[in-house]
Amino acid sequence: MSSVYRLSGLLADPAGEAGYRDDHPERVGFFTDTSVCIGCKACEVACKEWNLVPEQGLDLLGQSYDNTGALGADSWRHVAFIEQRVPDPSVTSSGTDLGMPGIGAPEQPAAAEEGSGMRWLMSSDVCKHCTHAACLDVCPTGSLFRTEFGTVVVQEDICNGCGYCIPACPYGVIGQREGDGRAWKCTLCYDRLGDGLEPACAKACPTDSIQFGDLDELRERADRRLAELHQDGVGEARLYGRDPDDGVGGDGAFFLLLDEPEVYGLPPDPVVTTRDLPAMWKHAAAAAASVAATVVLSFLGRRR
Amino acid sequence: MSVPRKEAMSEPARTPDGPIEADGIRSYYGRPILKEPVWKVPDVPSYLFLGGLAGASASMASVAELTGHRELVRVGRLAAAGGALASVGALIHDLGRPARFLNMLRVFKPTSPLSVGSWILAPFSGLTSASAGAQLTGVLPAAGRLAGGAAGLLGPAMCTYTAVLLSDTAVPSWHEAYPELPFLFGGSALNSAAGAALVGARPCATRPAIRMGLLGSGLELAASSRMERRLGVVGEPYQRGRAGALLTAARALTVAGAVLSVIGRRSRAASAIAGVAYLAAGACTRFGVFRAGVNSARDPRYVVAPQRDRLRGRGGG
Ligand code: SF4
Repeated sequence: MSSVYRLSGLLADPAGEAGYRDDHPERVGFFTDTSVCIGCKACEVACKEWNLVPEQGLDLLGQSYDNTGALGADSWRHVAFIEQRVPDPSVTSSGTDLGMPGIGAPEQPAAAEEGSGMRWLMSSDVCKHCTHAACLDVCPTGSLFRTEFGTVVVQEDICNGCGYCIPACPYGVIGQREGDGRAWKCTLCYDRLGDGLEPACAKACPTDSIQFGDLDELRERADRRLAELHQDGVGEARLYGRDPDDGVGGDGAFFLLLDEPEVYGLPPDPVVTTRDLPAMWKHAAAAAASVAATVVLSFLGRRR
Repeated sequence: MSVPRKEAMSEPARTPDGPIEADGIRSYYGRPILKEPVWKVPDVPSYLFLGGLAGASASMASVAELTGHRELVRVGRLAAAGGALASVGALIHDLGRPARFLNMLRVFKPTSPLSVGSWILAPFSGLTSASAGAQLTGVLPAAGRLAGGAAGLLGPAMCTYTAVLLSDTAVPSWHEAYPELPFLFGGSALNSAAGAALVGARPCATRPAIRMGLLGSGLELAASSRMERRLGVVGEPYQRGRAGALLTAARALTVAGAVLSVIGRRSRAASAIAGVAYLAAGACTRFGVFRAGVNSARDPRYVVAPQRDRLRGRGGG
């Protein structure tokens, strides 16, 4: 445990940093393996039910099967659907026909030039429970706090709805609930964790796309899965948010993706804004000194 | 695994309802990556403007006190108290739970500019109110002087902490502007206070305020031009649309106020018009900067492009 609060960089034990004693529980998190997501949205439903998250009415966004749109105060899990047209694997030299069911009529060689196969990317997004969480750093009331599990939770009885956490989050996760005024987001089912249960979304996920566990173990599991996929020729598979030396010190909830993060609506290289806070205060102090000097200077010299 | 192979993916997909691509930037249906600030307009831009006006006015009043410029003491104290109270009002009105405003003072958190700001704003509004009260009623003048002096010391911090407040977010155009934004706001606060003095004091008493306005305007214009030159792609929102128009108006008003404050310095009416121009410039600056940030959060391009550049710079993308 260190006495200096680190704003960025490597940090093995965020709960310890926040002041929990050494016997606090292991840091937990999610590993969301999007390569096995089937887009059933069981996670979205289970989350809403367990956490009593209000509905937002029926929105038809016209964006594939995604009618949730984004994470927010009333959506703590969000399944993204991306339809990509790709050259039909059966007509490319490198591909093998796996006998998977296709869409549309069998391929004609002439049309294959453009590529008429297609693939789905589906991914269940969630609060990243950052190692260095900007939302928590900027919260002026202490409503956002680090739990003994290393997760980040809003205490709704303290939040005064200042809204600072909302533009601070580099992932656009946390939102203000309409008609309520306070900020809400995933708690990683803090109440369930206390009872030794896994979060509702992970419990409901039928394919184990959402895996809950101790973060260290999840990272190992993810590394193994990535190696497996690469071996199977899925070269585009990559881990997102896994590295403890990224801009937010690694995510408590990280992902295996099959395309670039921005395709899923994720920032490619997020950085916790408070990394630069010391530099910001230095500039502000210099500017304040300039203001003071200017006022004094203005009163020197002739009176009228 | 039904996932196609890497080679098959070399062409990024481009379908009418698939990922949207603009300028080589891919995104999820063009949706924003960040949440745009929920801070209300006009509440928060007004809070930024009034805080700056109040801060510089308090400092002006306390130096005027030391140098015996009685009229500037009066105007400065009143503008400081009025600005501070209105600023607090705007902040409270913006909260999702205004009744819980005092939770701002529940803890002191150096990592939160809003916490630090609240701990500056709360004593500042108390002190400026006390000094303005003493000014208006003539009661306890010594205590009023003391309060005014302390407020004057907090004044410069009032002028610039709001820049950190905006910069300490993921909003690209605010965050990246952190080196210049406090100078921009500080300079603007100086000419806002000069503006209040030009409106509220007789021309024979405003000489120091005129100088303060000129120096503040110089600081503001230098900071804003440096900022826009340095920022590159995330500087665009400061030049485009309504935000660009507001900031252009702010610069024009600043220049107009500065020129008129000098050539019209013997005329009460011309001085007052110069003062109003300065004040309007300060408001336009805050509304423009605020809007530019919101626009940069809305467009995934401003989030993805700089991050991609950074990754390329590290050889990672
Ligand atoms: S993803 Fe956003 S809301 Fe979640 S911990 Fe990180 S900064 Fe906070």
